[in-house]
Amino acid sequence: MLAQASKGKTIEMNLFYLVAFLSVFFSLLVIFSKNPVYSVLYLIVTFFTFTVHYILLNAQFLAIVNFIVYMGAIMVLFLFVLMLLNLNKDTEPMKSGLLKIAGVIAGLCLLVTLIGSVKAINLSQPLVLKNPGIGLVKSLGKVLFKEFLLPFEVSSILLFSAMVGAVLLAKKEPKKI
Amino acid sequence: MESVTQTIQGVPLNHYILFSAIIFAIGVMGVLIRRNAIVIFMSVELMLNAVNLLFTAFSAHKGDASGQVFVFFVMALAAAEVAVGLAIIVMIYRNTNSTDINVLNRLKW
Repeated sequence: MLAQASKGKTIEMNLFYLVAFLSVFFSLLVIFSKNPVYSVLYLIVTFFTFTVHYILLNAQFLAIVNFIVYMGAIMVLFLFVLMLLNLNKDTEPMKSGLLKIAGVIAGLCLLVTLIGSVKAINLSQPLVLKNPGIGLVKSLGKVLFKEFLLPFEVSSILLFSAMVGAVLLAKKEPKKI
Repeated sequence: MESVTQTIQGVPLNHYILFSAIIFAIGVMGVLIRRNAIVIFMSVELMLNAVNLLFTAFSAHKGDASGQVFVFFVMALAAAEVAVGLAIIVMIYRNTNSTDINVLNRLKW
């Protein structure tokens, strides 16, 4: 019984590493694929792997919101704009090789710095879900509407102003003269 | 349900930090090496997602729901940012017929 439980645990732990590998792989494809349409499609897969991560952390509300908002709304916006502008591989501007290498090296330097600081603080205790019900809609809704009521209302103003701004910006200017 | 809550137990917390750092660094690389404004936006989304996942991991680890509420606000912000940013990109495309950010280097002066 116990051996079975520990075996299940290792399988699930390996599931985390598998999904993490997939996220890294597809996010690399996002930034290195030449065609922007493929970039968007790989980005959808990356967001899906993030949804799996949220489910593994038992953050069910965030998993659903991630699925709907990122994979639904934001991806539709990206794809729609991409197809509206008719971008493809031929019109894709690319940086020169030297600048690309410099960018990759700069990103790797950032990564090394972050990893070094993580090593310095030396956190290695396993992640334990102390309170497994924390990410459920019920408990999260209680917190959201009690302690974070004002930020929640302010975020509605943010969304409204973003909507007005987007409409104003994308509207065609009336021809002068 | 019970099996779902048991799943993640045992993955060290610093592996989550390393994973988020890798995704964040990939996002930074994407901003640095691409010239298409839309792909740069996608890289920014990747960075936001890395931070979101780290917030969730710490929130689950500490047993505090505030982190997950904050992730929700970050998602609202990302939606607003994408809407306004893509509107700006559409406007730039209408004026310059490309989404190359090098066309915009006149903004430097």
